[in-house]
Amino acid sequence: MTTAQHDHVGPQPYPEHYEPPHGPRWRLFFGPGLGRALWMTPLFFSLGMFLVVGLRWWWGWPPAFDWTVIVAIGGMVAAPVGFLTGIGAFDYWLHYISGRPTRPEDHSGHGATSWKDYFRVNTDHKVIGIQYLVTTFFFFTVGGFMAMLFRAELARPGLQFLDSQSFNGLVSVHATLMIFLFIIPAFAGIANFVVPLMLGAPDMAFPRLNALSYWLLPIAGVMFLASFVAPGGAFGAGWTGYAPLSVDGPVGNIFFNMGVQWAGASSVMTALNFLVTIITMRAPGMTFWRMPLLVWANFTTSLLVVIATPFIAGSQFFVFFDRVLHTSFFTPDGGGYVLGYQHIFWFYSHPAVYIMMLPGFGIVSEVISTMARKPIFGYRLMALSLIGILVLGFSVWAHHMFVAGMANWLRVPMMITTLLIAVPTGIKIFSWIATLWRGRIHLTTPMLFALGFVTMFTIGGLSGIYLGAVPIDIHASDTYFIVAHIHYVLFGGSVFTIFAGIYYWFPKMTGRMYDERLGKAHFWLTFVSFNATFFPMHYLGLRGMNRRVFDYPAAFGGLNFFITIASFVLGASVVVFFYNMIMSWARGPIAEGNPWRSHTLEWQVSSPPPIFNFDEIPQVVGGPYEYGVPGARHAVLAPAREVEEVPV
Amino acid sequence: MRRGIVQLVALGVVIAVLLTLVALLFKWLPSSASVEFNRIQDVYWFATAIAIGIFSLVSAVVIFSVWKWRVPLDDDADGPPIHGHTGLEIVWTAVPAVLVIAIGIVSAVVLAKNGEAGSTPPLQVNVIGQQFTWKFVYPGYGNKTSGELVLPIHRQTKFTMTSVDVIHSFWVPNFGQKMDAVPGIKTTIYVTPTRLGNYQVVCAELCGLGHATMRAKARVVTQGQFVSWVKGK
Repeated sequence: MTTAQHDHVGPQPYPEHYEPPHGPRWRLFFGPGLGRALWMTPLFFSLGMFLVVGLRWWWGWPPAFDWTVIVAIGGMVAAPVGFLTGIGAFDYWLHYISGRPTRPEDHSGHGATSWKDYFRVNTDHKVIGIQYLVTTFFFFTVGGFMAMLFRAELARPGLQFLDSQSFNGLVSVHATLMIFLFIIPAFAGIANFVVPLMLGAPDMAFPRLNALSYWLLPIAGVMFLASFVAPGGAFGAGWTGYAPLSVDGPVGNIFFNMGVQWAGASSVMTALNFLVTIITMRAPGMTFWRMPLLVWANFTTSLLVVIATPFIAGSQFFVFFDRVLHTSFFTPDGGGYVLGYQHIFWFYSHPAVYIMMLPGFGIVSEVISTMARKPIFGYRLMALSLIGILVLGFSVWAHHMFVAGMANWLRVPMMITTLLIAVPTGIKIFSWIATLWRGRIHLTTPMLFALGFVTMFTIGGLSGIYLGAVPIDIHASDTYFIVAHIHYVLFGGSVFTIFAGIYYWFPKMTGRMYDERLGKAHFWLTFVSFNATFFPMHYLGLRGMNRRVFDYPAAFGGLNFFITIASFVLGASVVVFFYNMIMSWARGPIAEGNPWRSHTLEWQVSSPPPIFNFDEIPQVVGGPYEYGVPGARHAVLAPAREVEEVPV
Repeated sequence: MRRGIVQLVALGVVIAVLLTLVALLFKWLPSSASVEFNRIQDVYWFATAIAIGIFSLVSAVVIFSVWKWRVPLDDDADGPPIHGHTGLEIVWTAVPAVLVIAIGIVSAVVLAKNGEAGSTPPLQVNVIGQQFTWKFVYPGYGNKTSGELVLPIHRQTKFTMTSVDVIHSFWVPNFGQKMDAVPGIKTTIYVTPTRLGNYQVVCAELCGLGHATMRAKARVVTQGQFVSWVKGK
């Protein structure tokens, strides 16, 4: 990853890197960084443990050493705080609070000159974007391996090589990693890199908060993975963690309860940062109606995140309290309300589906408009439909509960709002294909993924209409039809757009071009094996195969074997992607500043961009997608008074 | 351009015909064994017709556009600056809205019919879910308790269910009806069996280690057979 920057020809924008005054070797362990985190993490764990044990001993609660509580407080609250303190995420604020001198103009933690800078707290949105993406693709690989493991188990009916606890654990952790450690933060990573550039801003509004929100993420990931070593195994109540199963189940469930808090805190901080950045840091002339649709998408997504995420945090705390403090929020014995969990959980987790989809809509709008060389069709309606999804998205949560036993009268209103979401979503699909119409279509890898997304997401949306219709849902709920539907939405939808975004901005992020032939091979391999894996699941589900089972009727054996083979090919297709990314990053041809001849601002600077993005704040003079309009420009990177407004 | 439109429509029709064949030639749904599932299947086919139409339209336009207007990667011209078309945008807002509301109305009608007790009082069966077995209680027949579900044909049955531990979900794929058994509350569904035979009750909600094997036998028998079974020991 470093050679890209060292070999980079052209203006070398990085200023001399600030070196802290070198003390003796102990700096390594007392200066901010992984060295200090190495001893601060266990120190804070011990502090948490002493707090728990001390209080229990003083109160006279046997046993003083209750490992469930020690792990929860020491391991999942105190130790992460120790890690963050050690790595230096709080250094500036701690200096400020304690009255020690701070240096606001100190940019030593900004930008990267060597690969080591990616393992430090860095305040540069471009470095943080890449930290996010590399981390999330690590967890994508881990989650993918888990899927291949349980697909191997499912190749034949009955148990082969797993036991039912490890099967449930793998299924649950797979989903949790893919949602909380891949799709949501991968979009945050792409947006981190791209959005400030698109706005003409030098960085995000709160760079230190941005760094902190990144470093919360690996904590959540490690917590989810660590649940495998908990006594009784990993959390196995599904990523939905329905109470009371998650309250009664093995202690691994608290790793889910607490991991979600860290991932959720990371999301909320990033979302606040995006909101403030988008509202306050737009370049002169960048009105809301001149913002690229990716910015619009991240604006609406961030609103969803800050409104909805506290609900899942609450639901998981209540489950945790039910277990550890013996409250009864969701356990019927103490008068708790079992369905209350599902209402609170889905009040976050349905909007979360849009959190996992709207940024992808933004990416696809950028790619399709640029690659078809045409303005996006119906720009304003495209932006308004995002708002429509945002508002409607909060009124549909109970469609996950049509068979849950909730109040009967709630079903029909929830069905109507659910079905109506097809309207703004349909507007987006039709506008994308209208943008293609009579365009000059460049079938590059990002464009292939964008078009693959449009068709696959249409299938996911249409199966969503089946599930929105209550009578069909009653039959298809909790079956493989649901598994097929969510993978058409989250893989054919979200993951395809993540791939489109990575290929599209790869030259901007690394300063090098990816290999187009390998990219296309990756697309076709993914497209075919994705459909072979997930399309037959519609059939299995409707025919009667329930989800989250290690065993199934022998009649489904042949098709399940086929799906398992297809899923292995899907796994192999990712190898092509990684090979392309790593080799191109190291030795790909040097990319131009604007290889796609795009109009948006991130392409008007060098690749990779200078450390503070723009030498001068650009002046925005028109819409972002004025392809084919003679003389039209989105922005000029010269002082504003020298140019005239271009009529749109 | 007129020729282009004809080609596009032809492409769309070909895709629609292929999809219709896929929908009809494979048996996507289990054969229905209840009045309720017959109605659900009607909704299913209604939604399928609409889904085939929409998907054919979208995929035909994508394939057609790439086929007609693909240019080499080094081409540096731009397409025509079309920014939108208000009429078209109104159409693709209004038509999907009408279609989904139609699906909504059909669904609401079927849902109401499937949830309504008939004129003769239904056979009452209480279902109790417990990790990892099902228990069926017939309160009209001296609380006869069985691990096997036996139902008389053509008689509406009202299932009232609950759970003693975690959430389970009662589902017989051939009946098409499903409902969670939730600890602390009682939930209900109606099923009117229409075909004699053996079926399977499965648990559809993840309930722990034995979830995959939490099954029970279901039998639909004649009224006479049912009476002799329910009165037997």
